[in-house]
Amino acid sequence: MESSDIGWTGLALSLSLVAVALALSLWQGLKLEWQLIVGSVRGLAQLLLVGLALTLVFDESQPLIWSWIWVVAMLVFAAFTVRRQARRLPNAVPVAFVAHGASVAVCLAVAFGAGMFPLEAQTLIPIAGMMIGNSMRATVVTARSVVGDVAERSDEIEARLALGQSRWDAIRPVIRRAIQLGIIPQIEATRALGIVVLPGAMTGLILAGVDPIDAVQVQVAIMFLILGAAAVTTTIVGLFASRAFTTPDHRLVAPARVTS
Amino acid sequence: MTASLYDFDRVSVTSGEVLRLRDVTLAIPAGGTTVVVGPSGSGKSTLLRLCNRLEVPTSGEVRFRGTPLDELDPLVLRQRAGMVFQRPTVFAGSVRDNLRVADPHASEEAMQRSLERASLDAGALDRTADELSGGEQQRVCLARTFITGPETLLMDEPTSALDPQATRAIESVAESTAAGGCPVVWVTHDLSQMRRIADHIVVLMEGRVVRHGPLDEVLGSPTELVREYLEGDDHGIQ
Repeated sequence: MESSDIGWTGLALSLSLVAVALALSLWQGLKLEWQLIVGSVRGLAQLLLVGLALTLVFDESQPLIWSWIWVVAMLVFAAFTVRRQARRLPNAVPVAFVAHGASVAVCLAVAFGAGMFPLEAQTLIPIAGMMIGNSMRATVVTARSVVGDVAERSDEIEARLALGQSRWDAIRPVIRRAIQLGIIPQIEATRALGIVVLPGAMTGLILAGVDPIDAVQVQVAIMFLILGAAAVTTTIVGLFASRAFTTPDHRLVAPARVTS
Repeated sequence: MTASLYDFDRVSVTSGEVLRLRDVTLAIPAGGTTVVVGPSGSGKSTLLRLCNRLEVPTSGEVRFRGTPLDELDPLVLRQRAGMVFQRPTVFAGSVRDNLRVADPHASEEAMQRSLERASLDAGALDRTADELSGGEQQRVCLARTFITGPETLLMDEPTSALDPQATRAIESVAESTAAGGCPVVWVTHDLSQMRRIADHIVVLMEGRVVRHGPLDEVLGSPTELVREYLEGDDHGIQ
């Protein structure tokens, strides 16, 4: 099977579908034309820049340190994204950075330490990217749930504290639910593998001409890594939140009173 | 040895820009029912929450039976000073599950005794807690508190969400608790309730204690401010 090479002509042709979307927007009065144009141009420009940067990093003469720097940059980006989307989580940037960093460290140690993939730029960056991207979504769900539930269920938490429960025990039901909400979509995605959608890495490999069974093996390994990364990240964020919303002398600090 | 249950020594509480309690000096007696009254926002709940360290003073000191609260383990203090809140807050599961949150090792006998003290039938143990009426849920909260073996009961407007019959039931439990040697500190804005249940009262206004003492004494010779408050309230004493 020939590998895919759509070239600039193919890319230009695919833009015709944006034109279709524009036409539909105009016809139906959706007023999405400007957003469609800006979104498409921005997406194209961003990915072209990423492609150029990856070309440099993937150059075999370049040391692997550039790939690690790339991974750290992704971690920083993820941390700021979590803060933007879960503003009332105290110290969101360092918490999210540490949580994603720890999960990436654990999962990359398994992926490369066990020899599942060769440690090189072409594997390190995409695998770390997929883990961070998916964990980031799970983390945002967990962080938002913690903040919302601590405020909404403060009566229950204080009732538990008033019975003499420690701060960890009193807030545990809220944290447990938040972690579940963060991980469940990832579990559902793993359950639906191949049935509802052909996942990204597998699709990419098949389009690139790799044997489907080999692509499946890679995809399954990546999904398991992503699942593990999401579990580690959300658990760490949950533990940090337990600490942030309670005091060492076992009192509740309402999210509204927390300045991030 | 001190005769007081709680001593407040020049206690102030500030939350952000708001001064919620101002320089409160007060002794709450170690017997009977002490009712803390005052208009909304006068600092009643703050004063009560200081008693089991759900809040801490910005300045000053609170003592429980003579010992400064910051020298006591808050988890032990909260079992010695049980609290029931304004809204009945039951946990998921059965009444038994609720009691086990308070004491995971509670025996059947202990659970039944707690229910009895809270005027609940022993058969309620296996009922789903959030399917009970508001009054029954509040009594589950009381039973849950009793099972920790408290030395005092802190009640934060526990009947404000209940109908008159359920209110009387809770008042009756509190009265028998106080009569049994477990002093009760009860916060309310309902002055007729104060008259029904109080042995001592503390009148709070704008974060200050304006009068405190035995009920009859305070009502017999109220200051001008206290008389205005008592007569101006819709629930004023008849």
